[in-house]
Amino acid sequence: MDFEPKLVGFLCKWCSSAGADLAGVSRKNYPSNLIPITVNCSGRIDVSYVVRAFHDGADGVLISGCHPGDCHYNSGNYKAWRRVALLKHVLEEFGVNPDRVKLKWISATEGEKFAQTIKGFTSEIKELGPGPYNDARERE
Amino acid sequence: MQEKENKLKVGAYWASSCGGCDVALLGLHERILDLLEGADIAFWPAATDFKYEDLKSYKRNELDITFFNGGIRTSENEEIAKLLREKTDLLVAYGSCAHQGGIPGLANMSDKSTVFDTVYRDNPSTYNPEGTVPLERSEFNGGELELPAFNERVKNLEGVVKVDYTVPGCPPPPELTQNFLDLILNDDLPPRGSVVAGEKTVCDECNREWNKKSIDEFHRPQEIEIDLEKCLLDQGIICMGPVTRSGCDASCPEMNLPCKGCFGPPSKVDDQGAEMLNSLASILQIGEEGKALESEENVLANLPDPIGTFYSFSLANSIFGGKVEDGGNNERK
Amino acid sequence: MTGKPRIGVFICHCGENIAGTVDVSSLAEEIIDYEDVTFSTDYEYMCSDPGQNKIKEAIEDEDLTGVVVAACSPSMHEDTFRKVAESAGLNRYQCEIANIREQCSWVHGEDGGSPTKKALKIIKGTVEKVKRNIPMEPVEREHSDKCLVIGGGIAGIQAALDVAEAGNEVILVEKEPTIGGHMAQLSETFPTLDCSQCILTPKMVELNQNLNIELMAYSEVRNVSGYVGNYEVQIERKPTYVDPDACNLCGDCEDVCPVEVRDEFNQGLTTRKAINIPFSQAIPSSYTLDTEACLGLNPLRCSECADACDADAVDFDESSEFVEEEFGAIIAATGYNLYPKEEMGEYGYGKYDDVIDGLQFERLLSATGPTEGEVRRPSDGKVPENVVFIQCSGSRDPENHNSCCSKICCMYTAKHAKLYKENVPDGNAYVFYIDIRAGGKDYEEFIQDVREEDRVLYLKGKVSKLKEIDGKLRVWGLDEISGERVEIDADLVVLAQSIVPSEGASETSQELNLNLGPNGFYKEAHPKLRPVESLTGGVFFAGVGQGPKDIPDSVSQGSGAAAKAIDLLSKPTLSHDPQVVEVEEDLCSGCGICVGQCPYDALEVNSREVAEVNEILCEGCGTCSSGCPTNALSLKNLTDEQLTEMIHATLGD
Repeated sequence: MDFEPKLVGFLCKWCSSAGADLAGVSRKNYPSNLIPITVNCSGRIDVSYVVRAFHDGADGVLISGCHPGDCHYNSGNYKAWRRVALLKHVLEEFGVNPDRVKLKWISATEGEKFAQTIKGFTSEIKELGPGPYNDARERE
Repeated sequence: MQEKENKLKVGAYWASSCGGCDVALLGLHERILDLLEGADIAFWPAATDFKYEDLKSYKRNELDITFFNGGIRTSENEEIAKLLREKTDLLVAYGSCAHQGGIPGLANMSDKSTVFDTVYRDNPSTYNPEGTVPLERSEFNGGELELPAFNERVKNLEGVVKVDYTVPGCPPPPELTQNFLDLILNDDLPPRGSVVAGEKTVCDECNREWNKKSIDEFHRPQEIEIDLEKCLLDQGIICMGPVTRSGCDASCPEMNLPCKGCFGPPSKVDDQGAEMLNSLASILQIGEEGKALESEENVLANLPDPIGTFYSFSLANSIFGGKVEDGGNNERK
Repeated sequence: MTGKPRIGVFICHCGENIAGTVDVSSLAEEIIDYEDVTFSTDYEYMCSDPGQNKIKEAIEDEDLTGVVVAACSPSMHEDTFRKVAESAGLNRYQCEIANIREQCSWVHGEDGGSPTKKALKIIKGTVEKVKRNIPMEPVEREHSDKCLVIGGGIAGIQAALDVAEAGNEVILVEKEPTIGGHMAQLSETFPTLDCSQCILTPKMVELNQNLNIELMAYSEVRNVSGYVGNYEVQIERKPTYVDPDACNLCGDCEDVCPVEVRDEFNQGLTTRKAINIPFSQAIPSSYTLDTEACLGLNPLRCSECADACDADAVDFDESSEFVEEEFGAIIAATGYNLYPKEEMGEYGYGKYDDVIDGLQFERLLSATGPTEGEVRRPSDGKVPENVVFIQCSGSRDPENHNSCCSKICCMYTAKHAKLYKENVPDGNAYVFYIDIRAGGKDYEEFIQDVREEDRVLYLKGKVSKLKEIDGKLRVWGLDEISGERVEIDADLVVLAQSIVPSEGASETSQELNLNLGPNGFYKEAHPKLRPVESLTGGVFFAGVGQGPKDIPDSVSQGSGAAAKAIDLLSKPTLSHDPQVVEVEEDLCSGCGICVGQCPYDALEVNSREVAEVNEILCEGCGTCSSGCPTNALSLKNLTDEQLTEMIHATLGD
């Protein structure tokens, strides 16, 4: 059977989730592998959420926020940017392919870009194969 | 703890550790005599001649309290940890290694054979022309010798048995140990599962002055002249103080050294290193915002040992755990 | 609320919009088995009256503690469903939307995928969130009704008038002795060519007479503390040494004053006395003694002005007065300056008397100017026969000067050329330009008129060199359209000098903790959607301080800023979205990592050495909670626990 990656995407409410809505309104079809979680700001995303997602069985994690300079909260997307940069640096040390984490700037008007991003990310992760923490985290 | 007619029966054990924690117990100096007055040593291989058989002969919970230091590296460590758990009422993870895996936990960045190669074969000070490495079973003089198994990964004590109390530190400062003993003797212990140290972080005890925190470049302590009054992070030195439990009186920062995190994270943080990444990312102020990532890469280049920096003591107990294989197309278990 | 959560899940078909691709009835069947879900149903249109009633009834009958409506995007009906929840006695935040239309059914059609499976995961994640949501009520705070306007140019005047007309008290602080700003210096205004002072001075008078406005000219903002609704501001009123109530503007003081210095109002084309009035219609209508120019007050070196004053208006004993005021809102209208001469070597600006800037040329054209409106050049008073206008002087030149376009120069240069040609019909006007930017209403027509009717010669290209040769200013350039080199012997050169923010912008930005962009102009809360607001709550922008703009745009922005200020001040209390960050003090070590990262200055470490959130300032982005090393900070209703459980739920099978 084909490998169907499990993906989770953190979308900021103001730009990227609105962009995903626009993709819907414009009926842009894309794979259903990614489950979206809308947050106020991409800056709200903790490094540990990404790692937790991997432990919970995710094969890839998307973080998407407003374009640089356009953050609804002025600078949250830069914080996200830096967190992802540091995280990728550390992931690589741990042997995790940093391409499993994707940071994308998607605005409320970029429905097509949202759809393309999900398509692209899904096929990239298909190429990479299952994530390195493939047995789901034991939970208390 | 219920009143007993007899003295307290106390055990101590070292698993995978440097031995410093045993020395730290002696660091109580004459105060250890007070302890001995109210306690009998029932098991302490480093100090007294007890055999595992003696331990096995004890009844369930016969030991009132055991100080367990060191992480779980071998099958022997694990076996004794389980045995001690059975025989002890209050099992104490004593020191960073039992608490979080400690420095030996950094070996989780390498697999077993790399560790053996490094220790027994490629080490320049080791003479081993035949390339012998320890084997679990080996033939010798017609018989068979058995050694404990070397596990794939180091775990902390909590990783194999339930821990009642943790006294953190590398090693735990004598005041902290004394305080813990006082709590035992006064029957004033916090709920089981507690880490018996401060409830805040090193920053709370640190007397350095901080500014609106902002780092534009990382420095290693030897590279710059450190201002004695100012927050080390403000000076670009990665100090783990913000993500490290208090209780040490900020002894490293007070001595002009960045905190390395030996007390582990505060109670609501489960991964010390990941939390530090979050915080650091918040205060990295590099270049123009638009060019942030570009310059960040330069800054990261100045961060040569991220795991050793962020996970000095806590790797074995982190959400990452250690190095993994992600070659792609590996089958799901 | 005690006990286990009881969550109801309501799945909308949205006609065929959702039900066409998602198996809605199986969703309702499956989700009922999920932990803490005690009720589930599906319905054709949840947003319809019967749909809403279903939710209401279920909340009441099933004693639900939380509601998930799996339907369209929250941007459509979140408010609708939250009102339903409220009407059934829940807090509005105990209702959450699972977006299974825009982000699921509409995008996963026939070509594969498993929209039903995905919808179920989205719903599970939302259940995990809503069952941990806490009820919240808006944060309310008292506030001051007063507005501070910093800067008395046309933008500040307009803002002050609008706020005052709405019934709010205003204090307008102006650094200079008079209000009016640069607009008072202008001759005529493009594209209609009405006289600048004629349209400005009535506004200045109106402002001065408005009972709701207190004008503090020759004053500066010294210290600002507090936050939106409650700013405490210290204002220094500098001594003018002349009592404006006593001064009758006879001018005797000025006549006897022995000191002559550069006249700022005439851009240095003339001199003024140490005691002076900037121009005759100045407001406040009074003289000011410039102590930097005066021979000396302490010890008193000369008292000719006081001696000459019959009205006894001159008082050398005046000193600075510090006024403390509370304001609910602040409008920063700090205006601009021209890019300094010292920075511009290339066109001989500052070196040759007859190379002047646009504002100097305005003064030459002005009836109240040094030449009473006749165009005569500064060096010898001769009427120039050939005038070269150079646009983008210091603008659009990121390598050497400023990167931005000063926006107004294309238009005022055309106006200058036109007015010159009307003044000197036989003269020749040449304009060197990079592009013509005439985007305003009737602007392009104006430019065309200048080019065709006034026969101003437009040369597309930059000036390569300018040098004085035989009493003429020789200008070398290239006309890119003909491809030919051009050499003009000019009598006068006018530079459309780049606009830079006034010093007031950087001072004000420090006091109010405002961000400045790369060219030093104020940075807006959002470049498109919040152009008059700063990120500092209750601080708004008007005029060129925010970016180069012409008079109509400045006036519009003045009114825009005023509307924002009125909006704020007219509320009985300040109400704020309750989704803010809260501090668990027992966990906070006062490390201060959060303080610098909050774009709204909503965090501080208080005297008890723990972080404190100003709930009025916090906008709820939650960035600080992710950066908090002890997790002492958490964003209400989007906590670590909620997100962790949402992640787990969405990744489970």
